[in-house]
Amino acid sequence: MIEVENLHKHFGAKVAVDGVSFTVKKGEVLGFLGPNGAGKSTTMRMVTGFLPATEGRISIGGADIEENEIAAKAKIGYLPEAAPLYSDMTVEDFLRFSAELRGVPSSELSTAVDKAIQTTFLEPVRHQSVDTLSKGYRHRTCFAQSIIHDPEVLILDEPTDGLDPNQKHEVRQLIKRMGETKAIIFSTHILEEVEASCTRAIIIDRGRVIADGTPDELKAKSKNAGSVFLTVSGLAGSGIQSELEKLSEADSVKVIASSDDSLEARVLPAKGKADELSPAIYQLCKDKDLTVSELRIDQGRLDELFREITKTDSED
Amino acid sequence: MDALITLILEFAIPTLVVSAIFIAILTFLLPREVRTIFKRELKSYFASPIAYVLFVVFLGISNTLSFFFTGILEGGEADLFLPYFQYLPWYLVLIAPAVGMRLWSEEQRLGTMELLLTMPIAPWHAILGKYLAAAVVLFGMLVLSFPIVWTINYLGDPDNGVIMAGFVATFFVALCFLAVTSVISAMTRSQLVALLVSVALCMVLWLGGLPNISELLMNMKGGWLIFWPIVKLVNAVGLMPHFSELAKGVLGFRDIIFFLTFIAFCLFATSVAIRLRRA
Repeated sequence: MIEVENLHKHFGAKVAVDGVSFTVKKGEVLGFLGPNGAGKSTTMRMVTGFLPATEGRISIGGADIEENEIAAKAKIGYLPEAAPLYSDMTVEDFLRFSAELRGVPSSELSTAVDKAIQTTFLEPVRHQSVDTLSKGYRHRTCFAQSIIHDPEVLILDEPTDGLDPNQKHEVRQLIKRMGETKAIIFSTHILEEVEASCTRAIIIDRGRVIADGTPDELKAKSKNAGSVFLTVSGLAGSGIQSELEKLSEADSVKVIASSDDSLEARVLPAKGKADELSPAIYQLCKDKDLTVSELRIDQGRLDELFREITKTDSED
Repeated sequence: MDALITLILEFAIPTLVVSAIFIAILTFLLPREVRTIFKRELKSYFASPIAYVLFVVFLGISNTLSFFFTGILEGGEADLFLPYFQYLPWYLVLIAPAVGMRLWSEEQRLGTMELLLTMPIAPWHAILGKYLAAAVVLFGMLVLSFPIVWTINYLGDPDNGVIMAGFVATFFVALCFLAVTSVISAMTRSQLVALLVSVALCMVLWLGGLPNISELLMNMKGGWLIFWPIVKLVNAVGLMPHFSELAKGVLGFRDIIFFLTFIAFCLFATSVAIRLRRA
């Protein structure tokens, strides 16, 4: 549905996007992650045809965004980062205006507006003027205009920004539901959001894609992925620690708390032994007759991966 | 009573005919996108106080100044051209940019430019739709200056054809000023900057056509060298000569084509300005 090939964007001497490529198929929700100024919004603005690319090719459902601009844009629904609106219109008028420009036939205008209002819970403010809306409602009004023509492709720049926790939850559910039939790209700073609604995520830093995969694959790349966290008692902490260190499946043991008869620690797996580590530990505890009060495998965390791979870049 | 009948026959009916032609063009010839943008833009003029304020200012200035300072009442001649139409473009140098300043700078300030330009429409749809809405506001202003025409007809027996020609010429000049404002407002997100720069440019365009100004510049010491190219350029696009011809009642196609070309060029320049702002 969305194909982006070797996308570059230069603003004068500054390189904002430096060779980004990805594809999003129908039924996929792609999460865009990255520090501020990484090039997420710039990339989205190029995909939606707002900014011309310096180099590269973007195709939306087979239509090139530059050569076949109008056909490509007709397939897209776009929520810009700041959720801009015409402040002198009412919510309903604004949505009707958007629907007309997005090519909804006159006979279906009212139905389309009603449906968008229902989907984004805007009924209470339907006849209210945009400049009297709260931030959450403004955001949802702009969201409503992006889905009003039931587009095949949705591009959402920080769709949950400025919403309260309940609204965030609603929007995530909405994205997930719509993702079943559309191709969606959305950017966010909130990593749980990626796990909650994305089928795939890419991390962008300094204009380049530095990680690409399903949320689980990305988590597995983080430093602590596959490590075993455990709390055991029945022996002196140091004794348990040395036993754990002897295991061939373990690489190192990081002690969190140690006492005369218990140990709380994180065991990092030896290379390639992540799957065998927890059975080995379990067997060890059984052999030594230790009491296991907690044993859990760390799946890795997105925020850890995020910090690891974007740290050096964002510090300078 | 006669004056009222004259007003209806010779002004109201032609105005309605022109309006009907405009509506027909908008409805049947122009794409739906232009219509949608036109409607939104026109509505937003009247949703804020700005349009009303400008109406009052324009009608206030044009009527009072023309009545009291130009000696229209003492003149004894019911010729509206000299006292009234000679001054009208001067007010429009201010009023047309005030009407047009928001066209694109407001879109940039609100960020709605990003929405508008990612809609499946061609940029010219938006440029034309917005321009036409502002043009209708200016048209409304000129239409609402009918009391002065009525007064003249009440007091005497003027040549209404010449008065009509005066209005047509004035409207074309206003459209040119508006087109210049459209370009400038696409270059800045500040309405104030758009207003000031547009007023300055419209002033140059208007003054540039004044024979006195050209002579003044040319006769300055060394003026020939420094100002010659500028004077030539400004003279070439100066609106005054075309306005004068048209306002005399000579409906010259050359002048009308000049005005339309000027407007088309400015609208094209607006699209270039928008593209440059994006890149």
